[in-house]
Amino acid sequence: MKETVIQTDKLTKKFGDFIATNAITFSVSKGEIFGFLGANGAGKTTAMRMLCGLSIPSSGTASIAGFDVYTQTEEIKKNIGYMSQRFSLYEDLSILENIRFFGGIYGLSKQQLKEKSEMLIHQLGLESEAKKLVSSLPLGWRQKLSFSVAVMHEPKIVFLDEPTGGVDPLTRRQFWDLIYAAADKGVTIFVTTHYMDEAEYCDRISIMVDGKIEAMDTPSKLKEQFAAPSMDDVFYQLARGAKRKE
Amino acid sequence: MRTVRFLLEKEFKQIFRNKSILAMILVMPFMQLIIMPLAANYEVKNINLSVVDNDHSEYSHQMVNKVIASGYFRLVQTAQTFNQAMPKIESDQADLILEIPANFERNLIKEGNQKVFVAVNAINGVKAGLGASYLSSILRDYNEQVLMQWVQGSKIPITPNISITYSNWFNPSLNYRFFMVPGILAILVTMVAGFLSALNIVKEKEVGTIEQINVTPIKKYHFILGKLIPFWVLGNVVFTIGLLVSYFIYGIVPVGQLWVMYAFLFAYLPAILGFGLLVSTFCETQQQAMFIMFFFMMVFILLGGLFTSIESMPNWAQVVSRFNPVSYLIRVMRMVVLKGSGISDILPQIGVMAIFAIVLNTLAMFNYKKTS
Repeated sequence: MKETVIQTDKLTKKFGDFIATNAITFSVSKGEIFGFLGANGAGKTTAMRMLCGLSIPSSGTASIAGFDVYTQTEEIKKNIGYMSQRFSLYEDLSILENIRFFGGIYGLSKQQLKEKSEMLIHQLGLESEAKKLVSSLPLGWRQKLSFSVAVMHEPKIVFLDEPTGGVDPLTRRQFWDLIYAAADKGVTIFVTTHYMDEAEYCDRISIMVDGKIEAMDTPSKLKEQFAAPSMDDVFYQLARGAKRKE
Repeated sequence: MRTVRFLLEKEFKQIFRNKSILAMILVMPFMQLIIMPLAANYEVKNINLSVVDNDHSEYSHQMVNKVIASGYFRLVQTAQTFNQAMPKIESDQADLILEIPANFERNLIKEGNQKVFVAVNAINGVKAGLGASYLSSILRDYNEQVLMQWVQGSKIPITPNISITYSNWFNPSLNYRFFMVPGILAILVTMVAGFLSALNIVKEKEVGTIEQINVTPIKKYHFILGKLIPFWVLGNVVFTIGLLVSYFIYGIVPVGQLWVMYAFLFAYLPAILGFGLLVSTFCETQQQAMFIMFFFMMVFILLGGLFTSIESMPNWAQVVSRFNPVSYLIRVMRMVVLKGSGISDILPQIGVMAIFAIVLNTLAMFNYKKTS
């Protein structure tokens, strides 16, 4: 059995009367690509924000890389990377400057910063764009850059919130190559997505409906369980039962 | 501390790439300092006067001429009756009506006593009040002239008379620009620092970059310092530009030492910036931050002692003004620029500002939440 890096037990977040995330329990082991699926408003982002230490849960427990989500949020932050739904690099800084800034606040040394910058730029094939402002980059490249920045400090876990929304199929493919490369190095990937082909790429997926996890297994076992020919069908069967409106 | 360096590097790059912020920092002080003191002016001139002379005597003519010759009044109408003059006031074309009754000269000579009537258009309170007092002092002057004519030859004046000679300390020529320019500069520095800091964190919230910051292990005080220091530098830049403008355009050379002012600014800017950052941590959008800052700036400026003196405010307002950082800056500026106060004179003010700075920045730090 591999080391467990994310462990939650009945993790819940309420906003007033509204239960955004309702007692979710799951665990993710090291190096796993864990897909987190669900319709819009199912509570995925809320769950992810709690796991990243951005939001304190209402009840339940969770530990990320061995740290508690209530009391050790800053410790968690040292050990994770995060890429939010919104593009959140600085558009008025160049690619190199963004890498330098985020690398710098994660405490990379001067030498590390230099090496990492060169490696990232090379890996993304952005040599000629390195000094351009991020605002001039097309969306697909921005997302790849965001991901690279999120894993630059070699976190144990990286959280990706709909990283490929609005990105063309070819770039999505390249994006997943980056994810696989990171997972091969032992980084645990926690990813939300609306694309069912991407769900197939995950080692294990969970599907959230109305704040609860309704199904969780490997893609092939889920298809078996729901007697569905594709992940699309599995998702429809579950999501149709949702009462929450967007 | 290395983290702060990276934050500073990033903030400065962003500031220098933002053309509108640069313009605000560099051009605004120029324009404001050049235009405001020239236009906004305490002296009241061009008071429109309507005269109703029912006497048409030599004395009444003499008196009217004296009023006009003072240079403060503009004769807009010579009316036959008071009712004829009134529409001028109603239509706002006249500010004052001076009515000289019939038999003015005769009564003045025979009975040694005569009344004139002045009607004031009080819509514009300042103009009316000052105009009326100018007019009455000119009339008093005229009155004395008349007395002098009568007592020619006689060695004893009829009425005892106290005449006053003024000596205006610290601003000998009573040049109101010496008084206004340092005050306006104080407000400029405050506005630039306050608004820049208030809008900054909110902008990161709006764009979404704050999420990426919050998910890093960055320390809160590092983050606040990283915001504070760049704007502190900018505040000093604006202030220096302002001093240069007031020297080259108005020839204002501070009587006191320059470094004393910078020493005060050293504590003052963090206080204002801390306030801006605090507002920034409370707001979700730049619009909210803008309105809140605008509200406080209005209060700060109107109760800051630039336009009206704090000493003549009601007691409660004087108490409020003790919590108004702008009032300290305006006072210190005037003390140093006009009076030449030294560092020991303004130590109490520096102390108060340091307390403001510590309290406000601490509040901002606690209210900035990396985890909600």
